[in-house]
Amino acid sequence: MRIYARRRLSNYLVVGLSLCATAFGLLFLVFVLGTLLINGVGALSPTLITQSTPPPGSAGGLLNAIFGSLAMTLIATLIGTPTGILAGTFLAEYAHNSRLGEIVRFINDILLSAPSIIVGLFVSAILVVPMGHFSAWAGSVALAIIMIPVVVRTTEDMLNLVPNALREAAAALGSPKWKIIVTVTYRSAVQGMLTGVLLAVARISGETAPLLFTVLNNQFWSTNLNSQMANLPVVIFQFAMSPYADWQVLAWAGALMITAAILLLNIGARMFASWSGLEK
Amino acid sequence: MAAEVETVAISSATQTRRPAGQAGDTVFRALTVFFAVLVLVILGGVIFSLVYGAWPALQKFGFGFVINGAWNPVTENFGALAPIYGTLVTSFIAMLIGIPVAFGVALFITELCPKWLRRPLGTMIELLAAIPSIIYGIWGLFVLAPFIQQYVQPALIGTLGKLPVVGVLFAGPPLGIGVLTAGFILSIMVLPFIASVMRDVFETVPPMLKESAYGLGCTTSEVVWRVVLPYTRVGVVGGILLGLGRALGETMAVTFVIGNSHHLNLSILQPGTTISAALANEFTEAVGDLYQSSLIALGFILFIITFAVLAAAKLMLLRLQKATG
Repeated sequence: MRIYARRRLSNYLVVGLSLCATAFGLLFLVFVLGTLLINGVGALSPTLITQSTPPPGSAGGLLNAIFGSLAMTLIATLIGTPTGILAGTFLAEYAHNSRLGEIVRFINDILLSAPSIIVGLFVSAILVVPMGHFSAWAGSVALAIIMIPVVVRTTEDMLNLVPNALREAAAALGSPKWKIIVTVTYRSAVQGMLTGVLLAVARISGETAPLLFTVLNNQFWSTNLNSQMANLPVVIFQFAMSPYADWQVLAWAGALMITAAILLLNIGARMFASWSGLEK
Repeated sequence: MAAEVETVAISSATQTRRPAGQAGDTVFRALTVFFAVLVLVILGGVIFSLVYGAWPALQKFGFGFVINGAWNPVTENFGALAPIYGTLVTSFIAMLIGIPVAFGVALFITELCPKWLRRPLGTMIELLAAIPSIIYGIWGLFVLAPFIQQYVQPALIGTLGKLPVVGVLFAGPPLGIGVLTAGFILSIMVLPFIASVMRDVFETVPPMLKESAYGLGCTTSEVVWRVVLPYTRVGVVGGILLGLGRALGETMAVTFVIGNSHHLNLSILQPGTTISAALANEFTEAVGDLYQSSLIALGFILFIITFAVLAAAKLMLLRLQKATG
């Protein structure tokens, strides 16, 4: 009888610890989001979107940073989406088990988790150093490079979900392969691919490290993509680390905005995917 | 007779149409190959630019760069020991906390929790991964660091700090920021990555195996330890390595709370630095070629470490994938 009691006890222990671990994880999600809400909501005001970042000691907003972040994310998406989709198409439709396909897949998965600061160093070496100055173009390229592996991965996964019978049916009608891919495979996978792009956008809109070496920051309103440009992540970094209280308040407001945007993108992408019946 | 004519007509039609389709195919295929190869070119470019940029420093300091504890921009004497040490120690702390918690979470989601709770719970843990690292940084600086300074560090100094050998790890005044705080934040950040891989590999266990064990009267914990874990060992290690790869290269959250001191300090309560934090702090302000080159050399070392860890993770997960078909 004692052995049963011991086994039951150790089972309760494992179950209890596992419960605690889950509670621990969720606690921090609530803790981080709660702090953001408490500090961020108080800092929200209309001037956030009407004025640019102020010098210390005066009031201001985040307009230039919001614009910069949106612009660079948009350009990065325009570069990263077609690149990622075509590379993912190669993996799903042409590569099969070829050597090249396996290598690309392997390298892509490593790039997916590679430190983003390394990408910053790389873009700094190939764009910032030759041009001689920081620029929003360089920042966009850095974000695009971070985005590509995410899009490649989801595109390949989504195309693999398309039933082969569809491709065969189109092929039997005499359609060339590229036409099958574009008009049949893409069309039936488009929702999943879009979900992947949304997740990739969410991923890059909070990236800070690669921007530090490529666009840095700009205290003033600027629409010149060939010069330094303000952006939310770097503004948050610099303002939060500063000793000025009003800058720190702006940092909290920016942090709340960026997190809200990213969580909405994530939840939206998930709902979109489950609505179109893609999630397992 | 009529049928024969028709076949001829069709075959001639395909003959005249085929070139158009083929040209499109060649172009489209070439396009996809081009972009796939671009992924490799990016990696090649990263390696080349790092080696090229790091070359002056590596030439000047040689292998001694890795074991030199100094970091002095004035005398231009640079060594990577302190950042490497900080990177490894913070990641170690992150793994020490992150692995058991991630295991518990994955276990709860796959084995214990009611079915209706599975999806929302999994999503919530994954949202932890979606929060950008700068948010963890600002939270760590303003919320976690003061908390650790007030409650955790005095307790550690008062108890473990008094022990003979281990005490050196917990020496010094409670500052809030430091290696321990950075490691703790990292553990929260890698938790979702490890947990979601573990959950995925736990789900590959054939239900029949688990049901047989339950049928023999095993408890949940016995099923997990003796059936699920042995079956998924490779995948679990792969997930852990994936999390480790993330922890090693994580930048912003660490930069906020580690204190950025190149002084090599054994105590985990004191400020330190990591490779990525040193880069984030100093790269844009580094004056002098040797200073910049040394920082790029740091980046190169980080790249080699994370590449090796991530490649190992990937290989292990592939092995599990092949084994389970």
